[in-house]
Amino acid sequence: MYELKKLSRVYPKGRGKVAALSGVDLDIPDGEFITVQGLTGHGKTTFLLMLGALDKPTSGKIIFDGKDLGAMPESQLVDVRAQNFGFIFQNYNLLPTLTAEENVEAALVPLRIPTAERRARSTAALTEVGLGDRVGHFPSEMSGGEQQRVAIARALVKEPKVILADEPTGNLDEVTSLEIVALMEKLWKQRGMTLVLVTHDTKVARRAPRTAVITKGKLTMRDNRAPKVGTQGPPGTAKPAGAPKPT
Amino acid sequence: MYFRYLGRELRRRARSAALVAIGLALGVGLVITVTSYAAGVKAAQGQVLSSLYGVGTDLTVTKPPTAGTGGPFRFSGTPSSSAQAGQSFAQDNLTSAGGLTTIPASDVSSISNLKGVAGATGALALSSVHITGTFTGGFGPGASATPTPTPTPTPAPTTTASASPSASGSGFGISTFSVDGIDPTEPGLGLLSGPNIASGASVVQKWFSDVQSGGSSDQTLALVSSAYAKQNSLKAGSTITISSTSSSTSFTVLGVVSVTETDGADIYIPLSEAQSLTGDTNDVNTIYVTADTANDISTVQAEIQKALPSVTVTSASNEASNISGSLSTASNLANSLGLGLSIAVLLAAFVLAVLLTIASVTRRVREFGTLKAIGWHSRRIVGQVMGEALVQGIIGGAVGIGLGVAGAFLVTKISGPLTATVGATGLGSSAPSGFGGGGGFGGGGGGFFGGASPGAFSSAPAGFARTFATSNHSVTLHMTAPLSLEVFGVAAGLAIVGAIIAGAIGGWRAARLQPAVALRRVE
Ligand SMILES: Nc1ncnc2c1ncn2[C@@H]1O[C@H](COP(=O)(O)OP(=O)(O)OP(=O)(O)O)[C@@H](O)[C@H]1O
Ligand SMILES: [Mg+2]
Repeated sequence: MYELKKLSRVYPKGRGKVAALSGVDLDIPDGEFITVQGLTGHGKTTFLLMLGALDKPTSGKIIFDGKDLGAMPESQLVDVRAQNFGFIFQNYNLLPTLTAEENVEAALVPLRIPTAERRARSTAALTEVGLGDRVGHFPSEMSGGEQQRVAIARALVKEPKVILADEPTGNLDEVTSLEIVALMEKLWKQRGMTLVLVTHDTKVARRAPRTAVITKGKLTMRDNRAPKVGTQGPPGTAKPAGAPKPT
Repeated sequence: MYFRYLGRELRRRARSAALVAIGLALGVGLVITVTSYAAGVKAAQGQVLSSLYGVGTDLTVTKPPTAGTGGPFRFSGTPSSSAQAGQSFAQDNLTSAGGLTTIPASDVSSISNLKGVAGATGALALSSVHITGTFTGGFGPGASATPTPTPTPTPAPTTTASASPSASGSGFGISTFSVDGIDPTEPGLGLLSGPNIASGASVVQKWFSDVQSGGSSDQTLALVSSAYAKQNSLKAGSTITISSTSSSTSFTVLGVVSVTETDGADIYIPLSEAQSLTGDTNDVNTIYVTADTANDISTVQAEIQKALPSVTVTSASNEASNISGSLSTASNLANSLGLGLSIAVLLAAFVLAVLLTIASVTRRVREFGTLKAIGWHSRRIVGQVMGEALVQGIIGGAVGIGLGVAGAFLVTKISGPLTATVGATGLGSSAPSGFGGGGGFGGGGGGFFGGASPGAFSSAPAGFARTFATSNHSVTLHMTAPLSLEVFGVAAGLAIVGAIIAGAIGGWRAARLQPAVALRRVE
């Protein structure tokens, strides 16, 4: 579904330029789970912004479902995002004035879904992430892990084709991190959507069949299924190549 | 969702939202207060003009004093060189009020013959001054005497005077009153026309018919103002004597009249009597004119001016600019200061609204970036920002209307009764009046001899005449501050416009926001 061709993103920096991404060629088939790793400032977020049509390449192409995202005007990109992409951020990015349920509902607002259905779906999504009893709570009343669950519910409530998560566990302790990653994996398996997960944690990265390693804007793919001595993930967590079919 | 999100956001930044609403409310309140105050002042002016010039009068024709002649007061009886110390003197003067130049009575009929004129009547407004005093010293031979009336008991002859009537000993006294000579054949016009009479309408009617019927004794019937009657213990049947330098006539008081909210003249006598007292048998100094229709007024005004180039024709609207006193202060206040203040406050409120809205958008960069990332169109975000601003504007407008009503109420309470004086301007600048060959009565214009220095008979502008005019045409009335729905609408509309401007600027900034930039921001 994703075809990246010689994709580059150059930012002006001071008098010079920074190639946050340079010459990225990559195909991501439907329903794949990919993790992204790399050192700080090497282009992981930029890569995710490209996939989410939140930023445009300076050269090269990014084709999603046959559409060239780089060539589309912002007004159309908004609708593409509303229908297809669910974002999960390191800082959760919940709206502080809205309750958990309303935060989730906000993702359905652009889709012109009737209010009653919006509420029902939002509550269902929150129940799915284990927050069925917290629908009326405000972000300030929840822990980081709970807030991130709300963010996950918000990302998946519209049943997007792709979930893009930028260091979703970066602010969480190890136990909570594992819970969150496990939750995302479970949802990915159940729903068969594409999941792209940026993480600093190699243990987490290795749970995906493939990892995109970005070094100074250059992307190389690492296959986690080829066992290496001492670097194998926990038993049963490695996934077969390809995507599980949607149920 | 829209309203919940909007309401929550406003509640979150309640203080800044309240500040914006209060700012707008203050602006709206001021606009309403000032507008209603100005309307009240305007109404008061209209009331003043109609009471001073008569509801039946559209135009007033006068001839301004010419320089060097007809000062407000002329002491024609220069003390003779044979005056002795200790000798007392008394002097009566009857002059054209405010030094107005006389107009031939024939002009009255030529004006009434003009097209569009419904009627015209002449009147002779006079001021009487009665002076008594005692000379304290002899007049030196050849001295050009400039006597000094000094209100202090100390004899204080000035440098140039070898003799002065002074306050030492018996003192120096002045009494004044105003007299209007009125044409009894035109009862429907001028100051004593029906709508202007507060009380005594029947006696005025009787006066007009008695004087018109024209027995010689009827010609010496007078009306006195209630204030003057009280002051001098006059009632129907009393006799009053009006004197000029050359003649003197006794009048029988027919009754007491009070003119609507004005002091009017102190005494009203038939025009012919007034004319013979002053010796100007064929002259008047004020002509009251009514036009056929209100639309004709300016045409008639122009025609009179064309026919009689030397006169001044004033309409009620011209006259508004001649009103002085606290009413004119109120009018200026409402027009300049009030308007300026409310514009300033409104502008400040607008700026405050814009700045705080921008601040709120800037603080919510990440929030809006998130919304854009999850598929919210810019216009939805702009709508949200606009809605927030609009609610502030509506609250501000509503509170402002309340403030405005309270303000208008307070203004009428605080301002109390207003006074207005018509015609003082121009009179004060009348020519230096002679007194024993010297200048006019001095003084800072505040009153008789007010702040007079030694040698007070200077040629300073006659503060004297001013006092006269004031006593003649001064009105006291109570302020109203009428409120209208229209004003509410406009004022509240201003608040909403201000809010929309703020919302539009804030929304524009939110719309321009790049979601990627917003999401990179770590707080
Ligand atoms: N708007 C921008 N203007 C200029 N340079 C930018 C901009 N955004 C990113 N960069 C630069 O692009 C490079 C890649 O940034 P990016 O955020 O993709 O890194 P990252 O791998 O996500 O880092 P981290 O692990 O710290 O999140 C960095 O050098 C960064 O400074
Ligand atoms: Mg990053």
